[in-house]
Amino acid sequence: MEEVHLMKGNEALAEATIRTGVDAYFGYPITPQSEVLEYLMNEQPHLRTGMAVLQAESELAAINMVYGAAACGKKAITSSSGPGISLKAEAISYIAGAELPCLIVNVVRGGAGLGTIQPSQSDYFQAVKGGGHGDYKLIVLAPASVQEMADFVDLGFKLAFKYRTPAFILSDGVIGQMMEKVILPPQQERLTDAQVDELYGDWATLGKKKNKPRNVITSLALKPEIQEEHNHHLQRKYAEITKNETRFEKINCDDANYLIVAYGASARISQKAITLAKEKGLKVGILRPITLWPFPTEAIQEMAKQVKGILAVEMSAGQMVEDVRLAVNGKVPVEHYGRFGGMIHSPTEVCNAVFEKLVNC
Amino acid sequence: MEQSTISPEEIIKTGTVAFKPTKAMIDTNMSYCPGCGHGVAHRLVMEVVEEMGIIEDTIGIAPVGCSVLAYDFMDIDMQQAAHGRAPAVATGIKRVFPNKHVFTYQGDGDLAAIGTSETIHACNRGENIVIIFVNNGIYGMTGGQLAPTTLPNMKTSTSPYGRDVDMTGQPLKITEMVALLPGVAFVTRQAVHKPGLVRKTKKAIKKAFKIAEEKKGLAFIEIVSNCNSGWKMRPDASNIWLEENMLPFYPLGDIKG
Ligand SMILES: Cc1ncc(C[n+]2csc(CCOP(=O)(O)OP(=O)(O)O)c2C)c(N)n1
Repeated sequence: MEEVHLMKGNEALAEATIRTGVDAYFGYPITPQSEVLEYLMNEQPHLRTGMAVLQAESELAAINMVYGAAACGKKAITSSSGPGISLKAEAISYIAGAELPCLIVNVVRGGAGLGTIQPSQSDYFQAVKGGGHGDYKLIVLAPASVQEMADFVDLGFKLAFKYRTPAFILSDGVIGQMMEKVILPPQQERLTDAQVDELYGDWATLGKKKNKPRNVITSLALKPEIQEEHNHHLQRKYAEITKNETRFEKINCDDANYLIVAYGASARISQKAITLAKEKGLKVGILRPITLWPFPTEAIQEMAKQVKGILAVEMSAGQMVEDVRLAVNGKVPVEHYGRFGGMIHSPTEVCNAVFEKLVNC
Repeated sequence: MEQSTISPEEIIKTGTVAFKPTKAMIDTNMSYCPGCGHGVAHRLVMEVVEEMGIIEDTIGIAPVGCSVLAYDFMDIDMQQAAHGRAPAVATGIKRVFPNKHVFTYQGDGDLAAIGTSETIHACNRGENIVIIFVNNGIYGMTGGQLAPTTLPNMKTSTSPYGRDVDMTGQPLKITEMVALLPGVAFVTRQAVHKPGLVRKTKKAIKKAFKIAEEKKGLAFIEIVSNCNSGWKMRPDASNIWLEENMLPFYPLGDIKG
């Protein structure tokens, strides 16, 4: 029988890192994700799997430690919230430029600035559109349950190593802090140094072998024609990821007349909202992006042929809604609804918004 | 290669091998200005790595600064770090590969301005790494701006009337600062503008790699160097200026260990 645990999202993610055979976690405390580092320190993963855990002096240091470990072909992860992710942005750009696989987690709180420690979804632009400098993309996974907080650690690393690119979990304070049932992943062995050499020895810095060319990890190309070619290479990789890895979930979409597009906590809240709408005779479906980049553009385009209007529900002033509008391209009305700054919308508020913004307008 | 055993007479005799370049350096033109100390410092680190037989187990970290392209000259596995973050990158490597030899190679702006926090904390944790800190008192790469180590009254492109210590503070003696930290096992200040000093610096680098290998803590080597372009001097004049101005402020010798 499977072991079912009752855990916080942050704790499930932390436990999953140990079970996924991660080699190193580097972090710095910030609410609402401090449980990740606390849980790991308490578990002493070096005794369980040999995994290294270190509280760094800053988020800057933590993400650069990830850079160093990832450049050695090891599985390295860091987690933070908005203010810390802003500090990590420089190194995230370096990591993308140098094509290093790693996992970065943002348990989002309300901003801007120091903002609030209450949950929000206002770091969508930062995660999906850049945050750091240059033409790069992150594979962005959006968990909507404690189960997905646990499962996306393995998925994130698999994608990161498959494409040699950083993966990002864009969670939020609701999913990070709430307790739910979770089935934890089975324990994977950490790769041995010999396995790392066999799998990643063609690029990772493991020490220059006598009969092999040496490996250099850098994001620098002073000659613009070389940088341009490198950027083309990245863009080809991003096109491949878009083709293969776009993930989403459809809920009650088959006969829906209206659609909610929502991820993370807002997708959970919207599930109750569409039940309320049904009681009032309105058929509303939900399209939940699981990957925010690549974005489920085609799936939304398909739905736009079927429904009369789309509501993007997110705890922000309207960020993901821009990508929904780009996908829909004016075919049907697309509106935004969301509380923000640390406030969480209720199912009733979301249901009312469907009527006010789409039906009775 | 040790050169001290060869007499001047032998050197000028045809057929005598007076100098053999290390295999750990790539045989190519360097991007450094003629007269700059970076090239000698690179060679010394690589000679030590070759002589210790650790090429296969060494990972070097290039900074942001003139030596950003160190990996184009050092023939070992290397990583290029963001400006100032090399000690954090080194920490990440060392935590997943505790038995590899890891060194950072950093300038004064990289190590003692933007990267001060990473430097101090890697030192304080006693990471078993080697830090090679090339102090030329200026930002060479970006065209000669004020550095944390710029001497009082020294002219740079951002202190054109000389460093005003009332406005910008005194030069930061970060080497003396890190010597206070228990995690740091060996701290020394060396120079490479004269043959005798080059030999001493090499000995210090070897000692540093041994200390890190034995996991005794962090080994920190400052190399006081010139920047003839940034200082707007001929190479020979810059070396004299270094002797007369830098060394009284940054005295050579072991500080700890
Ligand atoms: C975040 C960031 N800020 C600024 C720069 C620009 N920059 C490149 S090199 C450098 C100064 C390096 O000086 P130093 O560390 O003293 O090394 P040197 O060039 O003298 O060897 C600066 C400011 C950068 N690349 N990244």
